Amino acid sequence: MMSRRGLLLKVAAVIFAAAVIYLWQLAADARLISPVFFPSPTRTWGAFLAMEERGDVWGPMASTALRMFYGWVLASLAGIVLGGAIARSGPVRAYLEPLLEFLRPLPASAIIPPAILFLGLTSKMAVTVIAFGALWPVLLGSYHGFRSVPPQLVEMAAAMRMKSMAFVWKVALPNALPDIFAGVRVSLAIALILAVVTEMQAAQTGLGFNILMAQRSFRSPELYAGTIVLGILGFFTNYALVRAEKRLLRWRTLTR
Amino acid sequence: MKLGRYRGALIPVSLIALWEIGAQTGVLPHDTMSQPSEIAVAGWDALLDGSLLLATVQTFQSALLGLALGSTIGICLGICIGLSPILEAVVGPTLDTVRPIPAVALIPLALLIYGFGVRMEVLVITYATVWPVLIVTISAVRGIEPRLLEVAQTLEMPTLSRMRRIVLPAALARIAVGIRVSAGVALVVAVTVEIVLNPQGLGYGMIIAAQSLRPELMWAELLWVGFAGWAFNTLLLTIDRRWLRRYQPGGAQTP
Repeated sequence: MMSRRGLLLKVAAVIFAAAVIYLWQLAADARLISPVFFPSPTRTWGAFLAMEERGDVWGPMASTALRMFYGWVLASLAGIVLGGAIARSGPVRAYLEPLLEFLRPLPASAIIPPAILFLGLTSKMAVTVIAFGALWPVLLGSYHGFRSVPPQLVEMAAAMRMKSMAFVWKVALPNALPDIFAGVRVSLAIALILAVVTEMQAAQTGLGFNILMAQRSFRSPELYAGTIVLGILGFFTNYALVRAEKRLLRWRTLTR
Repeated sequence: MKLGRYRGALIPVSLIALWEIGAQTGVLPHDTMSQPSEIAVAGWDALLDGSLLLATVQTFQSALLGLALGSTIGICLGICIGLSPILEAVVGPTLDTVRPIPAVALIPLALLIYGFGVRMEVLVITYATVWPVLIVTISAVRGIEPRLLEVAQTLEMPTLSRMRRIVLPAALARIAVGIRVSAGVALVVAVTVEIVLNPQGLGYGMIIAAQSLRPELMWAELLWVGFAGWAFNTLLLTIDRRWLRRYQPGGAQTP
């Protein structure tokens, strides 16, 4: 009974999505909005195919994704370590927390101008900016996760005279993993945003740069196609991470 | 022991001191790291001649306009979707496919439609701010005590007053959290759009200062952006605490 209803709703969802695209096509064909700004889905699809033929889809996508990935990995490693250190060590917290509290609300894109001054319009600059912006969610998640180790576990570890490294590795880190994962996912979205922004600003090859170029020369179908490809990239990276999280954290549901 | 409270200031203060000394003695490159004293002077000048304040007003104007539009759309859509599981099943997948498109990817599109100016910035900010509000509103409405809705049904309340007297008050505290998240997003996106290409506001000021090789002005504006973001967030937190606390379950019943 339930599954039949579920199936019906799934069909309705697909029909809705199709209807949106169809309306888009109708509106574009009727020229409600000038086709310069508002190409139809068929023209957009045509532009996508043409871009694919020229090799303007996967190559730029790979360079955007790669830069995003480097920055994100750097940010994640630094965020986990820093967050853990701040959470578990009083002196580190006392020295670093105010500085970080000042840096945190700074819009990540605001450090692009100084980064350009230091590093020029390079890939290194882009990765630095991405890493800076993507750092904070991981850091906060890791901090929260390492803080919330149940006191019984801490006492237990003390009673067993666990070395502090072993404590971090066997107790604190597993406890913090769910929070870290939440942070890491937010970071990935931010990393993609900053990858696109730095491309537009610094003329690095990539999808963001391509859609800006398409705009500058008023090739709106290519602009739409590029934007959608970016959305697909965001969708799949997030999806991959959700899957990875489910796998890595399987023990949590198993032990309950 | 005396140091205790000021330990947090130790690293920033010594960094600034080292920076000043390094710049004075010429160890640090002057064209990127101008000295803190110069930065202070540049910031003070920009504050006095009004250019910094004008840029701040421009940035916040776009951010607030976009936030207002985005929140309104997010709340209305969120209430509809939250109240109707069928609607969620039908519309949800489409929204989930659109959501991962990063807001900045819309910058070229917005530029194509509106050209430079406030409107294109507001469009991008609106898109970016819809999502946090929408997601929080859906889950807030879903979390409303079902008995309240049943009571409304029994009383045959008209839809509008049901919204006003039951749904909104019950969901308001959590929606406010979503709006606060969106407010932060709005400011970030505003600055980003300005840095990338819109010639107005704080972000543009920074990038122009950097490109015209006036690093001291750029650093001053960077500090100002940080301060503005912090002040904005504090303001929102205060509003939240003063006026919205009472809507929270377990908050005081009277203000």
